[in-house]
Amino acid sequence: MKFDDVLCPFCGCLCDDITVTAEGGRVTGVDNTCLLGTSKFLGDNRLKNPIMRTDDGWKDVTYDEAIASTLDALLEADRPLLYGWSGTHGEAQCIGVHMAELLGAVIDNTSSVCHGPSILAIQEVGHPGCTLGQVKNRADVIIYWGCNPTEAHPRHMSRYTTYADGYFLDNAFRDRTVIVVDVRRTETAELADVFVEIKPGGDYAVLSALRAMVRGRDEMIPDSIAGVSKEQLRHIVEICKNAKFCAVFFGVGLTMTRGKYKNVRNAIELVDELSRHTKATITPMRGHFNVYGSNEVNTWMSGYPYAIDFCRGIAFYNPGETTAVDILARKECDAALIVASDPAAHLPSKCIRHLANIPVVQIDPYPNMTTAFCNLQIPVAVSGIDAEGTAYRMDGVPIRLRKVLETEYPTDTMLLGRIYEAMMEVRGR
Amino acid sequence: MSELLVKNAYVIDPVNGINGEVMDIAIRDQWIVEEVGSGAMVIDAKGQLTLPGGIDSHTHICGTKVNFGRYMSPEDMRAGRMPRRGSMHATSGYSVPTTYGNTYRYSTMGYTTLLEGAMAPLEARHTHEEFTHTPLQDTMANTLFDGNWAIMEAVRDGDMRRVAAITAWTLSAVKGFAIKLTNPGGTEAWGWGEDVTCIHDQIPHFEVTPAEIITAMITANEMLNLPHSVHLHCNNLGKPGNYTCTLDTFDLARDLNKNRQTLYATHVQFHSYGGSSWKDICSKSEEITRSLNSKPHIVFDMGQVLFGRTTTMTADGPMEFNLYRLHHNKWSNHDVELETGAGIIPVLYRRSNLVNSIMWAIGLELALLTDDPWQCCLSTDSPNGAPFVRYPEIIAMLMSRRYREEEMSSVHPGTEHRVPLPAIDRELDWEEIAIMTRAAQAKALGLIDIGKGHLAPGAEADIAIYPIQIRDVDPSVDYMKVKEAFATTAYTIKRGRVVARQGDCVVDGINSTIWVDPQVPPEYDISNDPEFVKKFDRYYTVRMRNYPVQDVYLERQVCLRPEVSL
Ligand code: SF4
Ligand SMILES: [Zn+2]
Repeated sequence: MKFDDVLCPFCGCLCDDITVTAEGGRVTGVDNTCLLGTSKFLGDNRLKNPIMRTDDGWKDVTYDEAIASTLDALLEADRPLLYGWSGTHGEAQCIGVHMAELLGAVIDNTSSVCHGPSILAIQEVGHPGCTLGQVKNRADVIIYWGCNPTEAHPRHMSRYTTYADGYFLDNAFRDRTVIVVDVRRTETAELADVFVEIKPGGDYAVLSALRAMVRGRDEMIPDSIAGVSKEQLRHIVEICKNAKFCAVFFGVGLTMTRGKYKNVRNAIELVDELSRHTKATITPMRGHFNVYGSNEVNTWMSGYPYAIDFCRGIAFYNPGETTAVDILARKECDAALIVASDPAAHLPSKCIRHLANIPVVQIDPYPNMTTAFCNLQIPVAVSGIDAEGTAYRMDGVPIRLRKVLETEYPTDTMLLGRIYEAMMEVRGR
Repeated sequence: MSELLVKNAYVIDPVNGINGEVMDIAIRDQWIVEEVGSGAMVIDAKGQLTLPGGIDSHTHICGTKVNFGRYMSPEDMRAGRMPRRGSMHATSGYSVPTTYGNTYRYSTMGYTTLLEGAMAPLEARHTHEEFTHTPLQDTMANTLFDGNWAIMEAVRDGDMRRVAAITAWTLSAVKGFAIKLTNPGGTEAWGWGEDVTCIHDQIPHFEVTPAEIITAMITANEMLNLPHSVHLHCNNLGKPGNYTCTLDTFDLARDLNKNRQTLYATHVQFHSYGGSSWKDICSKSEEITRSLNSKPHIVFDMGQVLFGRTTTMTADGPMEFNLYRLHHNKWSNHDVELETGAGIIPVLYRRSNLVNSIMWAIGLELALLTDDPWQCCLSTDSPNGAPFVRYPEIIAMLMSRRYREEEMSSVHPGTEHRVPLPAIDRELDWEEIAIMTRAAQAKALGLIDIGKGHLAPGAEADIAIYPIQIRDVDPSVDYMKVKEAFATTAYTIKRGRVVARQGDCVVDGINSTIWVDPQVPPEYDISNDPEFVKKFDRYYTVRMRNYPVQDVYLERQVCLRPEVSL
């Protein structure tokens, strides 16, 4: 069977023009995906059933047994953590928040290790943004700062920026100027009209210099900043001020390097400054296909995008104290439910060591690095392949994931729903 | 089948001409009926004020920009924290509460139906997801058409049928309720960092004017026979001297519908300023209400400002940027491709500030100088003028000249020379308040026929019982009692069930979403139009197949299917 206009459940581009062919309960072909998307759709190697760790290796268990044991682990804990969420659909994320509230748990998503600093910056100064179609149809200047879409978001440039058809551009490719700012000459940099190579850790200083120059304070700027010549900075400011629409995109090269959220704040304030001369917008390059959805869901349910601690009944938010990284590094957490992410692949080693010492239940279709130390893994349908649901693109546009395979696996919503119901029996009302 | 009997209710039900009668209300399942059996559960209202459930015809509770208001404002979230309790989930937020915060607070104030003021079609799914988590009210969404490319092109070509066809397809695809125009043309111009100043400016690249868009959409609205009229946020919001633009805009509306208004103007307070700069800004509420009094085919809501902290949020992106340049706080903006925009900033309205004091006075003046209360809906454009939890203060001020004078004495001393408020004696009565908080809304939204906003048999059993014996209270003196009574119901009944009691919500509830699906004949189905499809495919970043909001997003729904005349 052939399905058109399917969403790719891999990166924050959330491409929705994929053609998928499925036969005999598996995906046999995909069109329009990039390599990352293709391997997601064709990926096999799913866990067949729930597995539980015993003294002598893994043992197969039923879903009922797995649910009972998850319930025990979470109800017995004093400081449970519900972590992950970026790889599942919104409906499951909603149940996660209800569950955290009922348990008095900490609920956190992978923002803690990617765009958490962007959120902190936005909470200080706001976020002048737009949907990606605004950029596609209007932007004549594109800036990629500390991100490498060619590798991490391979269709970003063809769908939304450099190579995309734009209503107000005669020849989109020729009419757009692409500026790439990074600490090394990436593949994306090779495609740029202007490449700005910054010394590692120099983003903040360069952003400050650009802001000053947009304000007309050239005289304050030394001849070179973090390896970038004043002349090149002046050139960039000219390009931006003369743009009709200048769109900035940034990635973990800005959020996770020296300066962290201050870098992002400075970038936002640069866009704010440019907005007094022309149209300017800024967009974080969100990684997982629904990490932004997790922020959205958490926000309407609890008031905060991530790092929410319900231990006092109310929703309490204080990144630095209440993220997964914080409560694991302090060894406070005494049981964890991991949903749709692989913390062993991205949390600091200190946190992983602690996770290895406490009961960990993982809900994930595939064996991954976290499987190495979790006590129980429960496979589910893959969101966007055999499960439907809502995902939010990096710019906040919500689209419904399609389902191309029938499945025996429960979806995240079904499985978490059952666990939550069982929890309500014990703790509810 | 469940039966409920509300006894000894002191009823004001303006739609049915009942103004203060002690009566019993019989309820079977979700409907009000003539009578119920002796086994019915009984609630003794003990002569307390009993009204149809409150209806807010313009509020911001759900969707992309509302959620961004929360996302960017942990300081606001901290201001409204409650833990999980009984059947109530934990809540956060004061001016932009979480969805549960909204639903509980509205419910304990007696509100049972809410219109979200602005939904971008491309992001409609988000609004509907949040509606699902707003379980104690029925919800509907104004759908934004102010910068819709396909519509502007059809308006330019003078093709009214095409305008109507695009509107119908979009409303039904995104499960919207009504046509919303926010700074028509201005949001498209803002895609280039520009704006329009009033209705006769040309919109860059599209060769149409706001006036042409407004007129065309009013016509399309009537061709599609929609329950509500065009819902308009005028151009040039918040600028000194903008009242002339507002008056010119009102002049565009002709009386085209015998059942309701042909134009609904929202938050008119923000559009009633005289003067030429912030230095000489003054109230033009008299000119504005003179126009409204002579145009019964226009209904408006106040957009009252109250002093204190809040968050402003609107599709009017350029306006928010201007406001940001005055307040220097923090600014978010979110333009939506081919459709509209959005902006958000937190604000603090101060009594010591002359402009803020004038704004405060204008809202009250609009309500007090409008002769017919059916034309004036009480609102703050929540949370833009103030969060909705402060409606009781507005009610009390409208009912008490003394309360207003007391407030007036603490605002900026320059205010009294710039506003007519001190000279206004009028004190609204209970019936007028009942009209301005539910009956007028039901009529303006076209919901009376589906049983909203009144209490006759056949109506939906949405009822608010307020803990006040109005025969013992003189609102002009006892205004604090009035304020208290409207803050928390004794009982809120939704769909025939008690959902809130003395400030506690007692059931989980399931919201119902009201939307429209105009019955357009197949030859006008724009989704079969090659030109429309081609442009959609080329310029949106979402495929047309993935654009419509699927049925699963509406757990319960009331779909209205007007017959159209194209
Ligand atoms: S760019 Fe991202 S969403 Fe698009 S196909 Fe590649 S991995 Fe999937
Ligand atoms: Zn509004």
